[in-house]
Amino acid sequence: MSSTASVKALFVTGVIALCALMPLIAQAAGQPYYVDLFMRMMIWAIAAVSLNLILGYGGMISFGHAVYLGVGAYTVGICAYHEIESAWIQWPLALGFSALVALAFGVVSLRTRGVYFIMITMALAQMLYFLAVSAEEYGSDDGLIIYVRSFFGSRIYDLDEPLHLYYTIFVVLVGSLVLTKRLVESRFGMVIRGARSNEKRMEAMGFSIYRYRLVCFVIAGVLCGMAGILSANVEKFVSPDMMYWTKSGELIFMVVLGGMGTVFGPVFGAVVFWLLSELLSRLTEHWHLIFGPFLVLVVLFARGGLDGLLARIGARDD
Amino acid sequence: MDWILLAEQGLNGLQLGALLFLIAAGLTLTFGIMDFVNLAHGSLYMLGAFVGATFMLWTGSFFAGILLALPLMFVIGALLEMTVVRSLYQRHHLDHVLATFGLILFFNELVQVVWPLDGLNVPFPARFDGTVELAFGIEYSAFRLMIIAVGLLVAVSLWVLVAKTRAGMLIRAGASNRKMVSALGVNIRLLFSLVFGIGAVLAGLAGMLVTPVLGATSGMGEQIIILAFVVIVIGGIGSVRGAFIAAVVTGLVDTLGRSFLDVLLLAFLPANAAEAAGPALSSMLIYLFMATVLFLRPQGLFPPRGG
Repeated sequence: MSSTASVKALFVTGVIALCALMPLIAQAAGQPYYVDLFMRMMIWAIAAVSLNLILGYGGMISFGHAVYLGVGAYTVGICAYHEIESAWIQWPLALGFSALVALAFGVVSLRTRGVYFIMITMALAQMLYFLAVSAEEYGSDDGLIIYVRSFFGSRIYDLDEPLHLYYTIFVVLVGSLVLTKRLVESRFGMVIRGARSNEKRMEAMGFSIYRYRLVCFVIAGVLCGMAGILSANVEKFVSPDMMYWTKSGELIFMVVLGGMGTVFGPVFGAVVFWLLSELLSRLTEHWHLIFGPFLVLVVLFARGGLDGLLARIGARDD
Repeated sequence: MDWILLAEQGLNGLQLGALLFLIAAGLTLTFGIMDFVNLAHGSLYMLGAFVGATFMLWTGSFFAGILLALPLMFVIGALLEMTVVRSLYQRHHLDHVLATFGLILFFNELVQVVWPLDGLNVPFPARFDGTVELAFGIEYSAFRLMIIAVGLLVAVSLWVLVAKTRAGMLIRAGASNRKMVSALGVNIRLLFSLVFGIGAVLAGLAGMLVTPVLGATSGMGEQIIILAFVVIVIGGIGSVRGAFIAAVVTGLVDTLGRSFLDVLLLAFLPANAAEAAGPALSSMLIYLFMATVLFLRPQGLFPPRGG
């Protein structure tokens, strides 16, 4: 038991420390590109952590989760386009829209089960994708360039400073992990997890599963919307592509690869996903030829994801 | 309103419906019988387009190309079932979704390696290049009419296969109780490969039919697969009859929405608002339609009995 905890704890501390110190490391190595890479990676990790709330703990296979990245990012982009640059307006608005969209999608999709749920979440997300594609005012297919980052009204804390932006993302990531842990250990989390293993029993105990799931769905949507806000500020660009259904597929893959229903799993998943795609795409232009079958193999043979693997390595030492 | 335009767009809708049915039929069968969610079904549509186009260019004939490519699609489908898909039946739906997502990435890249130029284009078959005059002075593309006819033909043949033949009886039995059929001495594994192969042939056929219009390109399956999902969700997953009706309705709603929604909106909204909302709303229309159907009937319009 102690050794199980220690191997995993070592990796968790390692990844967190790496994220915390990356700006220093990148500067020492003379590779500022790593900072960009890590910012993107952490944003995807936040999105994966949010998906894990409903997918891993709640057993809701949402295939449209990337849509909230788009909602968050487009709200920032559209505000900036209309010269509303204050983060105090942009961010609450973006989170509010994410919550509204999640609420609307949840109300419709959570009435369905199984494959219907997978497909309806996918189709609802596609709907907003096409909405973005047909919005000519905001760049349609080509996307929307954001000329100014969200402004907090002071030069002391300014997202135009790379370090400020970097540590904002880092803090949100750590915050989302703390939130996950607190949430799943609360009474609310118990109900959500209970409903995953036996819905009927939870209903019989008097819980309205639909409402609990809806709340969980909205929380996950808002957290992913936050990732979208950050993404808009890093890329200074938003396009419909970021909410295409294949992006949602990648998010699911990160969660499964890392280990569903574990607090830190999605972060492992996001890190390995990014490292793999970076390495393989340097190896060959046709890296999807390797990546696709790798995905199939992960599904067939790697049960429990990386988190489970690390736990097993620890267990073997005992 | 322009009645000739309405009739033409109606036919366009039917043509889209015919294509959607070809793709959705295999998808709904694999789900109904094997309980398998296949995101990579769109890849079979894409492979059909590439394989078909290659044979069309080689033989110089649209129809000879299709005849040569269809058996190959069956083999590809059956092989895919035996190598990857088979080991996933016992797994959770999430695993199906992920593994087939991996297959999509693989196939999209594969066609770029095998056919390195930017996709393939084939000429229109000479016999169907041009228009046919229908009743009331409506002229319509012969090629599109042919696609509608093929869709109807496949629908009828599928119905005969499923409802009237021994193989179809086994397919229906397999859908309602897999274990029992297997216990009665039916080679259920073979049956599954067969069904998957048929699905691959149908999706491939849809891909071949569109090559003169759209060409064959990597990633072409990803757009249409979502529409096919909408179709089978509306129709009730596992029901071929539901897939047929839903495909026609979806085709009509999408096509007519795109051409007439802005006109309709003009009746309620000022001109500039209607002009802005028209395209956005019409591209979202079928998803709204699906959401409405599912909100009222969470199992789709024709949920299959049993299984």
